[in-house]
Amino acid sequence: MRDIFTLSLIASTIRLATPLVLAALGGLFSERSGVINIALEGKMLAGAFTAAAVTYAADQKLHLGNASPWVGLLGGLLAGLFIAVIYAVSCIKFKADQVVSGAAINILMLGIPGFLSGALFLSSGSTPQLPKDHLLPQSPAIIAITVLALVALTWYVLYKTPFGLRLRAVGEKPEAADAAGVSVARMRYSGVLIAGILAGLGGAYLSIGQSSLFTRNMTAGRGFIALAALIFGKWRPVQTLLACLLFGFTEAVSIQMQGAVKLPSGEDIPVQFIQMVPYVLTIVVLAGFIGSSRPPRALGVPYQKEN
Amino acid sequence: MTQLARELLFPLIAVIAAFIVGGILILIVGDNPFDTYRLLLGAALSWPDGIGYTLFQATPLIFTGLAVLVGFRCGLFNIGAEGQLYIAAFATAWVGITLAGWSSWLLIPLCFAAAILSGAFWAAIPGVLKARFGSHEVINTIMLNFIAVALVSYFTQYHYKAPGDPIMETVPIGAGAHIPRFGKFIHGFPERIPLNVAFLLALLCCLLVYLFLWRTKWGYEIRATGSNPSAAEYGGISIRKQIVVAMAVSGGLAGMVAINEVLGYRYRYYDGFSDNYGFTGIAVALLGRNHPVGVIFAALLFAMLQHGGIYVDGFSEHVTKDIVQVLQGIIILFVAAESFFKWLAIRIRPLRRVSATK
Repeated sequence: MRDIFTLSLIASTIRLATPLVLAALGGLFSERSGVINIALEGKMLAGAFTAAAVTYAADQKLHLGNASPWVGLLGGLLAGLFIAVIYAVSCIKFKADQVVSGAAINILMLGIPGFLSGALFLSSGSTPQLPKDHLLPQSPAIIAITVLALVALTWYVLYKTPFGLRLRAVGEKPEAADAAGVSVARMRYSGVLIAGILAGLGGAYLSIGQSSLFTRNMTAGRGFIALAALIFGKWRPVQTLLACLLFGFTEAVSIQMQGAVKLPSGEDIPVQFIQMVPYVLTIVVLAGFIGSSRPPRALGVPYQKEN
Repeated sequence: MTQLARELLFPLIAVIAAFIVGGILILIVGDNPFDTYRLLLGAALSWPDGIGYTLFQATPLIFTGLAVLVGFRCGLFNIGAEGQLYIAAFATAWVGITLAGWSSWLLIPLCFAAAILSGAFWAAIPGVLKARFGSHEVINTIMLNFIAVALVSYFTQYHYKAPGDPIMETVPIGAGAHIPRFGKFIHGFPERIPLNVAFLLALLCCLLVYLFLWRTKWGYEIRATGSNPSAAEYGGISIRKQIVVAMAVSGGLAGMVAINEVLGYRYRYYDGFSDNYGFTGIAVALLGRNHPVGVIFAALLFAMLQHGGIYVDGFSEHVTKDIVQVLQGIIILFVAAESFFKWLAIRIRPLRRVSATK
């Protein structure tokens, strides 16, 4: 077991946790404002595909060289934002069931990247390979600092600014917030759109940071792991970060293990059991076995302004 | 407007609107939407392949659509049909493998029981968690989907794979567990088409679900819980019990996908077999207005699209079969945001009045 805990494992944990942290922080903004976000998966896919496609275009067509991944990152951000606008309008303006719309977005985004890559690149769901030196930085130190800064910023915005106070108020007691003159709809739009931006960035990091192309369904459930981390982290920024690190670690272990690692007794640990850890932990914590994880009170309930 | 017309109108508008949006997307990528739609829908109408495969693909969607419907009627959102049907498919194959030598008269009923009970069990877990701890079934069913997939993949890989088989699949089930394909009864219908008696079972389940929900006390209590939980509780209905019962029934229906897949089609458990049946079930239930008859039609529509997708892949220049999922997503989005069309109608009406007076 000892040789698992190497420096490379720590580095890979940080790398794998990064898209989770981005998406989970996004989910945090959305859910603290009272809008469930099971569409994180779809938003990440949108971000991942767009980032890879835009980076490719910037690199090959516009010859932007080293700047191309940054253009791609912006593309991923905008794609996440665009999906979030659709989601927000259907949930907030048209008061659609949030879980149903989220499921719709996820199904839609399983199809859209394949649909577009078939048309743009004549491929069956993936974008062309990008040159290795035209990707986002992957040094664990740089990523770690960026992620920590983002968590600190989220914490500050959520707990130390009037915006954060209103956001949380709208997620807990929308009637009271409304009575106090806060626009519930505007705060929820903000929450959902911020979620779209962050999940889009998370997806972008997946395709043009960790990898060098978009492949079909490349998020492989990471949006749901991010959601799990958010719940495991009890809808709080720092705990959510820790949960993402834990889940990133389980992923890193399961990648390193691929059949190789044995218990001291000589038996394989099936990789499937490592993969289950985040999901089992989430169920356990949600049931209140390890402290209680209470969602925002108004989560999932469309707000109907009283006349 | 009569009740029935209203029930038919919104799904129809949602489908047409989705096809329009999809058509615009097809135009953008440079194909002719009419050609694409002709391929997509026309493929399903040929005899025997088109009709056979469409009905075959509608079978799992009817089961999962019913599963989601029963949940919805109780106010629950079962996103876990995908996990339930994986657990059930493996359990069914396990019975078929373990008791391979048994005669059909015993083995088939046992396999049916395995499919239904294992699906019901896997769905009852989030039911109990909700009833006992109040934890949200949406989150738990999502988590259980991943756990289910990992679990059955472990059992397949480590315990039930034929040695040396490069494919992630179990050894075959006993011949006694096979259920007949339509080719056995219908003259000129080739047996290579996997449409089997599970389709008839799916139709029967539509009737049974209808009778259960609208003609039995349990069904009444489930619907009462779904439409107004506090009134139901005041009326002496145990909400906690209804939640567990509804989830178990829902999971049992999802589990019946295994009958079609394992006993009628592949005759083994094949890892990753489900073409998003569980999630498409959500679309089927919603488009079918959470009614068993609606579920049949919605399942047929999505099955047609799925079958036609193969032809789109083969014969169109730019559009791939991904258009099927795109259409599905847009349809659910429109069904979910029903008030969007009401909003649109209110804005269109004054315009029409203006143009009429001119």
